[in-house]
Amino acid sequence: MERKLMKGNEAVGEAAIAAGCRYFFGYPITPQNELPEYMARRLPEVGGTYLQAESEVSAINMVYGAAGAGARVMTSSSSPGISLKQEGLSYLAGAELPCVVVNMMRGGPGLGGIQPAQSDYFQATKGGGHGDYHLLVLAPAYVQELVDLVQEAFDLADKYRNPVMILGDGVLGQMMEPVAITKYIDPRDLPKKEWATTGASGRRPNLINSLYIDPVELAAHNRKLAAKYQRMCREEQRFQEYCLEDAETILVAYGVMARICRSVVDMARHSGLKWGLFRPISLYPFPGDALYDRAKEAGVRRVVTAELSCGQLIEDVRLALDGLVPTELLAYPGGLVPSPAEVFRQAKSERGALNGCSA
Amino acid sequence: MAVQHEKRVFGYPSSLTDAPFHYCPGCTHGIAHRLVAEAIDDLRLKEHTVGVASVGCSVFTYNYFNCDMQQASHGRAPAVATGIKRVSPETIVFTYQGDGDLASIGTAEIIHAAARGENITVIFINNTNFGMTGGQMAPTTLPGQKTTTTPLGRDVKKAGYPLRVCELLSALDGPAYLARVSLHSPKEVLRAKKAIRKAFETQVAGAGFSLVEVLSTCPTNWGLPPKKALEYLRDEVAKYYPLGEFRDGPREVEACSTR
Amino acid sequence: MLHQIVCAGFGGQGVMLLGQVLAYAGMLEGKEVSWYPSYGPEMRGGTANCTTVISDSVIGSPVVSNPTALIVMNQPSLEKFKDRVEPGGLLLYNSSLVSEYEPKSGIRAYPIDAGRVAAELGNPKVANIVVLGALLALAKPVTVSSAKKALEMVLPARRHHLLSLNYAALEKGVELVD
Repeated sequence: MERKLMKGNEAVGEAAIAAGCRYFFGYPITPQNELPEYMARRLPEVGGTYLQAESEVSAINMVYGAAGAGARVMTSSSSPGISLKQEGLSYLAGAELPCVVVNMMRGGPGLGGIQPAQSDYFQATKGGGHGDYHLLVLAPAYVQELVDLVQEAFDLADKYRNPVMILGDGVLGQMMEPVAITKYIDPRDLPKKEWATTGASGRRPNLINSLYIDPVELAAHNRKLAAKYQRMCREEQRFQEYCLEDAETILVAYGVMARICRSVVDMARHSGLKWGLFRPISLYPFPGDALYDRAKEAGVRRVVTAELSCGQLIEDVRLALDGLVPTELLAYPGGLVPSPAEVFRQAKSERGALNGCSA
Repeated sequence: MAVQHEKRVFGYPSSLTDAPFHYCPGCTHGIAHRLVAEAIDDLRLKEHTVGVASVGCSVFTYNYFNCDMQQASHGRAPAVATGIKRVSPETIVFTYQGDGDLASIGTAEIIHAAARGENITVIFINNTNFGMTGGQMAPTTLPGQKTTTTPLGRDVKKAGYPLRVCELLSALDGPAYLARVSLHSPKEVLRAKKAIRKAFETQVAGAGFSLVEVLSTCPTNWGLPPKKALEYLRDEVAKYYPLGEFRDGPREVEACSTR
Repeated sequence: MLHQIVCAGFGGQGVMLLGQVLAYAGMLEGKEVSWYPSYGPEMRGGTANCTTVISDSVIGSPVVSNPTALIVMNQPSLEKFKDRVEPGGLLLYNSSLVSEYEPKSGIRAYPIDAGRVAAELGNPKVANIVVLGALLALAKPVTVSSAKKALEMVLPARRHHLLSLNYAALEKGVELVD
């Protein structure tokens, strides 16, 4: 299996092409620019289309049109640009259109900064735009995992007819790691989407729509969506465990923060502390059932959430644990990525030194 | 007496469904719908056409056009149409947008779709106000015109001047066909029909972006009976927004050296 | 075995490429590797740096605050990173541009006159590769032959006529500290 050293952002592009994506609508913003640049270069080679939109707003609406026309389609941005896409994401979810959206997070609010952050957790997992909806959110921590999850994201988007978000951060987008892409799908081999607007030749017209002016119909539509999200919660919870068998302290972290915490667990084990890591891979649905089961083990004394934000992930952790064990927060906002040594030192103290507002 | 074979000279366009229009009495949306449907029929495009509905009074166009449709968010129809067209260049893609949608919230999308020379057709209904929300000022509201948010008449010193969309877009190299028509008389309706047909033909030929601005009445929000509204359209609106073709055929622009 | 190597210098001194060659070479040897660059406005003419991690096992953090080896190609990078080197770590500096430096105890510091050596080889741009050679000889994160193979993969095809020059620079760097 040939491995190639690839930047996270570029690996997303190649993985999308391998998944049969041939349409990408982009707009520049740091730290994800290598992805649209890669697609602009690579898509024409495989008969695809890259188009630079005039704004993130326009890009997500081009995605809407292309998804409605039945294609596998992608757009990407970083935090401020993802805010601009929220209206479009609400419409995509409402009209039940599949697509993949990549957010390589940077610090906010406002223009914020350009260094890695995880402060869009709420926006990504709780809806983001208006209305009762969810994106399916996947948070890779390694470039190979990023590749695998991008490919899976297209399948999940089609399975649920729902937008899927790849929630990365500046580190994941900018870093290089060896990757192998083994499976390439020809988009012509994908199942035909009977609902797509391709011209009503020999059939009744199709409609892509999120407008239900009759409240009875809108309620029914919302119930149908809710049932879909419940099915996601049953079938799509993903996570990884590290050294949890006998853990007394469980660290919970995702993305790059989970890698840092993996190093922290190694440090802790080295000094005789029984620590382990629970890494959510799907953020919506949050793998709360598994976390509860692990925390229920007799030896578990506390659960420490570490995040590059001020207390967002910890809300889902607390909802999942429902008061089972004490929880603590280690918050690192603003683009300052902590070293494992720093996290280890702070996690060792009885209460995390950087407790955020919700701790 | 010998039996004469009847020749059908007028009928219901097959590109319209039989759903009754929800538009107010005297509103010219219905005429505009019919003209679009006739153009699609005449060019035999119905089975290859995807329409994009916008937000405004024409939000329900998907109930009336008998072809595949997508509903877009406010102002974004040209971006949605771009996505469809890029995936299926062989389909005929049109948007149907009002002036609140296209000339206010959607200015970025329309300007850039036009600048790209996106091979789509835009039907732009200009009735000088936000109709569906109750007759508020639109960018196209005439100087001095009363609306619910310009109760004393549009004061250009405070509310600024109207946008002339065809003139604005005619500054770009991208459009292949730009025309402004009005629906205030049968003669003008026939002219409008020709322009709309020409816009679709432009797309079929692959020539690039086409837009027809259709000056239209809004009797309810203008506070005028239908006949008076047509007169206002002729005497005031069509005076501020001159009729005619602003672009007829694609422009050739030479590329600069790569560097 | 865990090597955490930070390379820092001006944009244009090839520090990013240096880090990538290390990562590629590690990958060719079947090790786990990661490469993480600084990015954004600081890259536009300012100082640039990158972190390469080479490990026998799964790499935790790709972001490193205390490198096991530090390469600095200019004075501002020395000032920024010199105190972060892990105790027992290695500091190689381009003494053509960085003034003589007395390291704190427990750090092994080596001045490498890379600018001069590169100029003698006929191209001052390979100063980065001279320092890489010295690093390979001292820390042995990857073999010289892996680094040569990696250079071939990292340099774009249109630069392949410069491969022999780069190989020479690499070997010269090894000799400097042998």
